[in-house]
Amino acid sequence: MVAPLWLAPKERLQDLIDALRQRQYTVVAPVVDQAAIVYDEIDHIDRLPRGWIDSQAAGHYRLQPTSRDRWFDFVVGPDSWKKYLFPARCVLSTAKPLPDGWQFESAADDSPAYAFLGARACELAAIQVQDRVFLEGPWIDQIYQHRRSRAFIVAVNCTRSGENCFCVSMRTGPACHSGYDLALTETDEGFVVDIGSERGGDLIASLRLPEAPLEKCTAARLSQERAAMQQSKQMATGDLPNLLMTNLEHPRWKDVGDRCLSCTNCTMVCPTCFCCSVDDVTDLNTGAVERQRQWDSCFHEEFSNLNGRPVRNETRSRYRQWLTHKLATWHDQFDTSGCVGCGRCIAWCPVGIDITAEVAALREAPVRCPA
Amino acid sequence: MARKPRVAVMKFASCDGCQLSLLDAEDELLAVCDRLDFVYFAEASSVLQPGPYDIAVVEGSITTVEDEQRIRELRACSTRLVTIGACATAGGIQALRAWGDSQEWIRTIYPRPEYIHALATSTPIAAHVLVDYELHGCPINAHQLIEVLIAFASGRSPNIPAHSVCLDCKRRGTVCVMVARGQACLGPITRTGCGALCPTYNRGCYGCFGPVDGGNAPPLLAEFRRQGHAAEQLVPLLRNFNATAPLFREAGESLLDNPTDDR
Repeated sequence: MVAPLWLAPKERLQDLIDALRQRQYTVVAPVVDQAAIVYDEIDHIDRLPRGWIDSQAAGHYRLQPTSRDRWFDFVVGPDSWKKYLFPARCVLSTAKPLPDGWQFESAADDSPAYAFLGARACELAAIQVQDRVFLEGPWIDQIYQHRRSRAFIVAVNCTRSGENCFCVSMRTGPACHSGYDLALTETDEGFVVDIGSERGGDLIASLRLPEAPLEKCTAARLSQERAAMQQSKQMATGDLPNLLMTNLEHPRWKDVGDRCLSCTNCTMVCPTCFCCSVDDVTDLNTGAVERQRQWDSCFHEEFSNLNGRPVRNETRSRYRQWLTHKLATWHDQFDTSGCVGCGRCIAWCPVGIDITAEVAALREAPVRCPA
Repeated sequence: MARKPRVAVMKFASCDGCQLSLLDAEDELLAVCDRLDFVYFAEASSVLQPGPYDIAVVEGSITTVEDEQRIRELRACSTRLVTIGACATAGGIQALRAWGDSQEWIRTIYPRPEYIHALATSTPIAAHVLVDYELHGCPINAHQLIEVLIAFASGRSPNIPAHSVCLDCKRRGTVCVMVARGQACLGPITRTGCGALCPTYNRGCYGCFGPVDGGNAPPLLAEFRRQGHAAEQLVPLLRNFNATAPLFREAGESLLDNPTDDR
């Protein structure tokens, strides 16, 4: 265990960004854009959402200025790091017509090496879930692997919880325990820096930081504990897969199906959802074909098409498919829950459907009726 | 090589914008003409050949007695009939006459109202004849039209997505204007096709591509109302280019039936 270091004043975070950029990383961090905090490429601390926090509820997100000089007091917004590791749109391969046949080629992924600055504990957990999906099963996704293997992660420990956060009950946060190269905890005067990997230690060594004083480490730990205490939302996970799979005909599915817009927003903002569709697109002029992949969702009817017709033609059955996969059959498939408790699906549902409330309703009055 | 399919582009009550979008698709136009023979396309050529046609592309809604007869004749001499645009698929902006007194307007506006033989309704083509494929939008997406034409020419099903606009917003990184700004946005119940144009410019979707299949309007309207949007703002939002598409029509009428219901 390497002693934590002390990065102060806070403006010295620029030194860390510079060090990452010198090592050819493209630094991605939270920024204010489109009335929200999203992730974008930055080269200067000026672009960080310093002094902003987010007010969230079910179906509600608003940015607010804060009087405290806090750089990371907001929680998670609509983006997740999935947009860099598993891009929303990409080309998988191409096929060019030749006089005597076809020339097939895998598409080269020319993405830069990313440094993710500001990844939260629930997001590290989400990346680990997607690692299982894309890297640790029988099939390896080349694009994800190429991006993930080069990504440098500067995590930030949450010192405030949002109204939709329930990472404590999912045992993913708010403190980061693994899966980072460096982890920052913000205090009033600076950042306590934990080193999580050898390359993290190598990089931070160039900043020549002192060891963090004990009272700073204590303040950092207390603020993480305070964030955990702030959480009011929770999901009871005990025996959850069995509860869901023995209640497949519960009337609650129809109830939520009547409220659900099947708009796909929950799955798009979910940091672990990985559904996608693949289409071959022909250039009419050259005859060349691109095999394109893009994010897709189990919530729209077409996605359940088998042989041209949907097998889940009611919203009720699509919501049930999503929830039972996320919280139950995900365990069978990937040996983990698909939910990390980030609360994005609650915030970004236009009508505020709350996954924790749906689970609680099933738990309150189980009917035990396997399909 | 088999002969190219004979295509007719026909117009009913409409602005011509949808058929012109095909002429605007300059990058693909020559390649499209290599595969299809446009034998009746008044916006492109004054040589207009009679049927039969392999593919009839129909723009516009049915608003006159003559239209009703003409669409039946076109159907009878066409192997496949594709309707394009909000007018042909939902009745278009001119369907707003459903909530007015069209005879009174005709008497007031035209110096010789006896020349006007408009029906009291503006109805989609599918209300009159069998339609093989409906392509939505005001205007349509020209690439989608090319996809439909090429698919039919090559004997396969068109690959046209039918999900909501929300999926496009998220794919392109557009932050939800409803959740983050409290705007009334029809995106969750509107069919994809525009690429989420309006939300990307920080305004709510106003439903140009019509209702998504299986769209669930009541909870969305209830949420709009809960956020303080008044019925008198929401009804015009629903009554646009797809005003009489059943989902939008019923949604607007439910608001007027319960003008102060904020659930």
